[in-house]
Amino acid sequence: MKVHEYQAKALLREFGVAVPKGDVAHTPAQAKEIAQRLGGRVVVKAQVHAGGRGKGGGIKLADDPAGAETAAKQILGMMLKTPQTPPEGIKVRKVLVEEASAIDRELYLSITLDRARGTHVVMASQAGGMEIEQVAAATPEKIFREWTHPAIGLADFQARELAFGLGLKSDELKQGVALIKALFALYLAKDCSLAEINPLVVTKDGRVFALDAKLNFDDNALFRHKELVDLRDVHEEDPLDVEASKYQLNYIKLDGNVGCMVNGAGLAMATMDIIKYAGGEPANFLDVGGSASPEQIENAFRIITSDKSVKAIFINVFGGILRVDRLAEGIIAAVRTLGLTLPVVLRAEGTNVEQGKKMLAESGLALTMADDMADGAKKAVAFAKGAK
Amino acid sequence: MSILVNKATRVFVQGITGKEGAFHAARCKEYGTNVVGGVTPGKGGTTHEGFPVWNTVEQCVKQTGADCALIFVPPVAAADAIMEASAAGVPLVICITEGIPVTDMVRAKHFVRGTASRLVGPNCPGVITPDEAKIGIMPGHIHKRGNVGVVSRSGTLTYEVVGQLTKRGIGQSSCVGIGGDPVNGTSFIDVLKLFNEDPETRAIMIIGEIGGTAEEEAAAYIKAHVKKPVVAFICGQTAPPGRRMGHAGAIIAGGKGTAAEKMKALEAAGATLVKSPADMGATVAKVIGGGK
Repeated sequence: MKVHEYQAKALLREFGVAVPKGDVAHTPAQAKEIAQRLGGRVVVKAQVHAGGRGKGGGIKLADDPAGAETAAKQILGMMLKTPQTPPEGIKVRKVLVEEASAIDRELYLSITLDRARGTHVVMASQAGGMEIEQVAAATPEKIFREWTHPAIGLADFQARELAFGLGLKSDELKQGVALIKALFALYLAKDCSLAEINPLVVTKDGRVFALDAKLNFDDNALFRHKELVDLRDVHEEDPLDVEASKYQLNYIKLDGNVGCMVNGAGLAMATMDIIKYAGGEPANFLDVGGSASPEQIENAFRIITSDKSVKAIFINVFGGILRVDRLAEGIIAAVRTLGLTLPVVLRAEGTNVEQGKKMLAESGLALTMADDMADGAKKAVAFAKGAK
Repeated sequence: MSILVNKATRVFVQGITGKEGAFHAARCKEYGTNVVGGVTPGKGGTTHEGFPVWNTVEQCVKQTGADCALIFVPPVAAADAIMEASAAGVPLVICITEGIPVTDMVRAKHFVRGTASRLVGPNCPGVITPDEAKIGIMPGHIHKRGNVGVVSRSGTLTYEVVGQLTKRGIGQSSCVGIGGDPVNGTSFIDVLKLFNEDPETRAIMIIGEIGGTAEEEAAAYIKAHVKKPVVAFICGQTAPPGRRMGHAGAIIAGGKGTAAEKMKALEAAGATLVKSPADMGATVAKVIGGGK
């Protein structure tokens, strides 16, 4: 799960990570009021779940409260386009108004999981403000890494090594060490999957703080963080993805026209792949899971078909825990309730497959049966193309 | 021969009084697996659907001599269940549970490293040696005893390849699901090593997916050590970057973990690549020379 910069910064503040003074505004008037409170120059930043906001015109400097109001007027409601947004952009609904600072240096700091080592890694670099992947590719020696101990966490000496690596000295060093330790404490306590400060800045008057902040959280750990679930902004997600998550369906909308319903993530990915090999484009990734109920199947159908670009549906199920007869029950109910008119191709194998196929045959539904994955993909793609 | 599990394996189920635990304990037993009972804290001394229940793993192991744990404990307590099993000295711990928080798994993995236990999973279908022992949630009837070792990060995609193999009359020595989570116990390399040393295994089918570098590491191992033919498929060739494809581990992040990179590494290591998932069985058949 992702959160906005202003929400991330509130969490950083709570854990003692230094951040600029500021507050979130929903209207230009609020932005003006915050700027008044802060005094001096301010930065007005669009709050969307995408990077590259500055280049897209989503970040503006203002000299005074009136300027902040004008900047907020320009940013609020705009469709912000960055390399990380959909082509049409994302609508800006909130801005963060923060004190502007005279920056001396921009640094980089992040924490994430190192899968190969099976523990968390803290990364620091003096090349702040840049894409860290580019730094890692071009000049890997400029990135300092410390792997945290699974039981002990980040030791003081590791935090110091990172701070030295960042080129911090004397009082800056103290601030840097404290900030790194506080960020790791937050990362662990809130089950983050990523905590990234880019840039971490040193101001001309010697202050070290997080100028930007990105926090992503482990979806699997949200059950113990109700306070984080409350931060979710569904405006930033595809409405169909949001709808699917209500029914514990793993759904991701894609750009094609062949709707897919599959059990298991691996098989769902392989189904997308085979549609492509058959000359088509998948409209979605959908894993109904191992123990999908007939209700979940029905909701899955509803979600797939509410994507208007879908021209055919390919159901590919290898029943293990999910029994094919239960799947059939869900399909029959869904088609009846939704009055489905799209062509549906079904390929089913595994537990209770004969019983399931018999139920479908007797239901009188116009389903096209497939012998195997390749046959199913071919038929579904042909239907989708024929519908154009 | 086979790897990890066989007729002699004595299994107990952690979380046996739960719906999934009870259901699959019965399915494993039906298949012929030696299921000695299970563990649910607070329900020790009772019997659940015919299986004796203990309060702790230690008690269960002491009384039954069980040597394999099969875990269905819900995510909130699953990492603890893994640690309990490995603390009790259980040699093989197979965790089916999906959705364990990463920070819990980082600690549990570290804990297991300090013991003699091997962890398989979590978020995996388990391990099966056809006709001997099914320890997991895979449909037993699609398997057939034979000489192809199967290792995979995905559950249903493993069933898919097994189905394709069995349809062609090609049997499996053992099938191991290592799980779709970013932090897991047994790696591709661990399983490749076991298959490489297993006299019954003549060829290895490896199924990877996008995200992480486990397949690249497997490729390096194959190149250096594996003497048997390897067939490989990577799913998620068409997955968009930055989106988690169901499995917590299946995500292309920062331009890393793409299917293309993994396929290139495996091909360079001498593995035979399968591009379409429909061709997995046929490719294995070609590599081992027919359905023997």
